[in-house]
Amino acid sequence: MSTTFWIILAGAVATYLTRVGGHLVISRFDTIHPRVEAGLNAVPAAVLTTLVAPELLHAGPAEWAALIVTVLVSLRGGLMAMFLAGAAVLILARQFIG
Amino acid sequence: MTAETISEGRTGSDFWDGVRLSMPVVVASAPFAVLFGAIAVDNGFSVLEAFLMSAMIYGGASQMVGIELFGQHVAPWLIVLSIFAVNFRHVLYSAGIGRRIAHWPLLQQAAGYFILTDPQFAIAEARAESGRPVGFVWYLGLGLPVYVFWVIESGLGAVFGKMIPDTHALGIDFLLPIYFLGLVLGFRKRPLWAPVVAASAVASIIAYRTVGSPWHVSIGAIAGVLLAVILPPHHSGVGKRP
Repeated sequence: MSTTFWIILAGAVATYLTRVGGHLVISRFDTIHPRVEAGLNAVPAAVLTTLVAPELLHAGPAEWAALIVTVLVSLRGGLMAMFLAGAAVLILARQFIG
Repeated sequence: MTAETISEGRTGSDFWDGVRLSMPVVVASAPFAVLFGAIAVDNGFSVLEAFLMSAMIYGGASQMVGIELFGQHVAPWLIVLSIFAVNFRHVLYSAGIGRRIAHWPLLQQAAGYFILTDPQFAIAEARAESGRPVGFVWYLGLGLPVYVFWVIESGLGAVFGKMIPDTHALGIDFLLPIYFLGLVLGFRKRPLWAPVVAASAVASIIAYRTVGSPWHVSIGAIAGVLLAVILPPHHSGVGKRP
């Protein structure tokens, strides 16, 4: 087996551990404290935000336009509409602004 | 109609409900799967290895980081550690989703955690929040198309990578932030949403500037979660006495 294969295998095991680890820890407790539950309810917004926020540091006009349109569309539309509108604005703006 | 055919029809439509919700995810992730395959081969992976990495790790950002380090001939253990670091946010996902799928048989849970990606978690959480059950068949309908397309498109990118046009003009580098912003906005009706988003955004930007990537993800996430833990529970709408 090549080194590459072992890197992939070890990476896969490490990744699976992260995907099951939080559950294994939480499931050891019989009851979940309300504060822990509040923390778990905050997970989607807390984690997903960190995948967007640092991108703002090097966002130019095209990127900002796309994000603003995404927010506007989110007030009425679903995820697909949001994404397609944001992507369309981004690609269009980049043709002109670069 | 017997009870059995009714429940079978219900199961089928649950599956297709999931498939319908998976379509935006399939569309949004397609460019990255192709791009990953192309970059992997460019950095010295074989087509089979690129395919295997997508099939076994199934985490786009961590695969990109791993392949980048591999191309720079970084020590193997450091590559694995980096993959672990990039994927560390999934610990929080699995802690959160565990409450929704604990009633599944063990093998189904094991499979469920394997395909627990960012959108899989976000969409399953949104379903649980709306009061509907997160069943295995629905969850599989949501996750399976994403997985199958991800793996196949990685292979296609590895084989035909040289033909990819100007990725900047196509906006590929910024499609994921747009998509993730859409996911974040989908949770805006949750209690404490705005303060949590603000805390995570500020903390992740500071960490990105100081500690560096990929740790800004875990640090920013923990900041948001801690805020919800520290504030009195009634702000979060949990622990109310009937």
